[in-house]
Amino acid sequence: MLQWGLMRKLWESKVSRRRLIGGAAATGAALPVLHELVPHNGIHGGASTAEAAVEHQRAAHSGSGHLGAVGRVDNAANGFDPHELVRDFDEGVVRNGVREWEILAENREIEVAPGVKYAAWTYNGRVPGPTLRAREGERLRVRFVNGSHHPHTMHFHGVHRDVMDGVPGVGAGNIDPGHSTVYEFDAVPFGLHLYHCHSTPLADHIAKGLYGAFVIDPKGGRPPADELVMVMNGFDTNFDRSNEVYAVNTVAFAYVNDPIEVKRGELVRIYLVNVLEFDFLNSFHIHANFFDYYPTGTKLEPRDFTDTVIQGQGERGILELRFPYPGRYMFHAHVSEFAELGWMGFFEVTG
Amino acid sequence: METASATVRRRPTWLVGLVPVVVLAVAIGVFVALDAPGLDRIGVPEEELAVERAVLHPGEIELHVRNDGADPVQVKQVIVNDGFAGFTQSTEEIGRLGGAQVDVQYPWIEGENYEVMLLTSTGATIDHSIEAAVETPDADLGFYGLMALIGLYVGVIPVAIGMLWLPWIRTVDVRWMRFLLAFTVGLLGFLAIDALLEGTELAGEGPQALGGAALVWLGAVGAYLALAGVDAWLRGRKEKQVSAWRAAFLVALGIGLHNLGEGLAIGSAYAIGSLALGAALVVGFALHNTTEGLAIVAPAAKERVSLGRLALLGLLAGAPAVLGAWIGASAFHPSVAAVMFGIGAGAIAQVIVQIAPQIRGGDGRLLNPLAAGGLLSGLVVMYATGLLVSV
Repeated sequence: MLQWGLMRKLWESKVSRRRLIGGAAATGAALPVLHELVPHNGIHGGASTAEAAVEHQRAAHSGSGHLGAVGRVDNAANGFDPHELVRDFDEGVVRNGVREWEILAENREIEVAPGVKYAAWTYNGRVPGPTLRAREGERLRVRFVNGSHHPHTMHFHGVHRDVMDGVPGVGAGNIDPGHSTVYEFDAVPFGLHLYHCHSTPLADHIAKGLYGAFVIDPKGGRPPADELVMVMNGFDTNFDRSNEVYAVNTVAFAYVNDPIEVKRGELVRIYLVNVLEFDFLNSFHIHANFFDYYPTGTKLEPRDFTDTVIQGQGERGILELRFPYPGRYMFHAHVSEFAELGWMGFFEVTG
Repeated sequence: METASATVRRRPTWLVGLVPVVVLAVAIGVFVALDAPGLDRIGVPEEELAVERAVLHPGEIELHVRNDGADPVQVKQVIVNDGFAGFTQSTEEIGRLGGAQVDVQYPWIEGENYEVMLLTSTGATIDHSIEAAVETPDADLGFYGLMALIGLYVGVIPVAIGMLWLPWIRTVDVRWMRFLLAFTVGLLGFLAIDALLEGTELAGEGPQALGGAALVWLGAVGAYLALAGVDAWLRGRKEKQVSAWRAAFLVALGIGLHNLGEGLAIGSAYAIGSLALGAALVVGFALHNTTEGLAIVAPAAKERVSLGRLALLGLLAGAPAVLGAWIGASAFHPSVAAVMFGIGAGAIAQVIVQIAPQIRGGDGRLLNPLAAGGLLSGLVVMYATGLLVSV
């Protein structure tokens, strides 16, 4: 009778009454997986007992607790592998003193989390697009071909003339499907920048994958280091204007499944770019370590020595750090939601 | 040759009737084999899944899903409260109308809310919210015992108490008897309307591919026709107490089907922990369902019905509450529940049609003042006592 209304309610699970929890965590097992996996002991000293404890702890947890997604992404089908992409810098070709690249915009279905396909728009068939690298003051020439079904542009962050800015209505403006253009400008200022499509609707053109890192080295260069590029991105797979999947370099949990290998004591330089759409902020946090942070990479002195940095949309910076201990060290967005939706990884430190 | 032509001549007529069926089967076979020539699909696959039931165990959320759309669906990831969760599933691909079980490993906390998202291969999401999570009770002996006890409290006992009005009913004069019967019709009418409305709403929550609100009406019409058949069959038997027994039996059957739905609601509410078991609930149901006992004995007032038969009528009307509670607590499904509500409504409608002639006044009018007053009283009493059990 009237409790039929109740049945409907329970089906909708719209029961407003909330149970008081009598302290009984009947469900148990609510262990913070993130921290379980981190070998806290390591930092306290290199004593062999502590290291043995680390090994023991790792072994104890290798089979318990869920971390990441179920299954693996087929990198070969995607046509790019986050583990290669992370160290892939495209210096183009220098002809007559001008550094040149050719970039093709094309549609491509990519797997962003195991089994989950996304109809991406790409530069050169990969997301993020190639990491373009030049030296301060060089003349750059980018030939852009639109092989996609929508108008696109390439808009570079940097200092240049308006007609080379890659926005609709100025200079070449929108490049229609099948058409091409050439962007030409000087590599200034040095630092870490980005490029992305600037056609409207802007959020869609960026969120679908048309972006990449743009590195301008200072004239004197930077100290030798193991250099990595990490583009923090996300994917709105159900088109509800919020992301279902988050990552660095596109594939959710890629570096959880296969950690990034680095050498103990070696300088590691991370070019970190945030191109995330629909969320205002993103962040990077390293476990059991600290890093020097150079916002936008435009100064040679670090601004910060920290273990967590926040970046807004389009913000980027350079991180430099050394790993004092061998082992497996997590890094992830300290926005925990993003971390558990894919933006999480490990460094495997050897030597 | 002679024999063959004889066979042809004696070919049974039903074979001729089969011809269109055979042609249809062949046509379908060819059409499917050629993959629907000329009918290319436009647009992207429409992926729809309905979560029919969520069962919570410690550290695990068990979802029973059904493909509600036209295209097959592959669940590739499960997100719980903004985090990927580990899971296993009974099948990789769920075909149209197919069902699957998805077991999500998640350390849920009692009393908290959870948003479960099933992420499909195309990136589409199917959302299901669990509010005030509580462990689904194990269907062990103690649990069935508890459900049986609740069923007794809200179904069997109140109906039996209501039937104690029988001796008193036998003393009232014919005009007030009409009033009582009209009162019964009012009670039943309220139940029928409520069953249809609530069943329709519930059907809207279940998989639409299974029929949606049509299920309620199919259930109602089916039950009406089935009971009409039973009625005709009983009429055909020449029994001494035929009319009184028959009417009382049908009322008891209709109310029994209604109480099945009632038990279903109670059982499933208990299973997700949203039922406040206690005196208020039992008292409310007692008042509410006692009137049902009156409804059963009112048609039987004029003739003798043996005690054994009265007990049978009481059980027929009350015991389904126990059965409903068991089903509701262990295997609740919104579409099945919708059909049951429809059946309850149809059964009651048939009972009303049975009783209605007896409330005619001396002038043959159905809505004489006493009858109208009885109808209204029945509606009001049902509404008022219903307030006691609304949760």
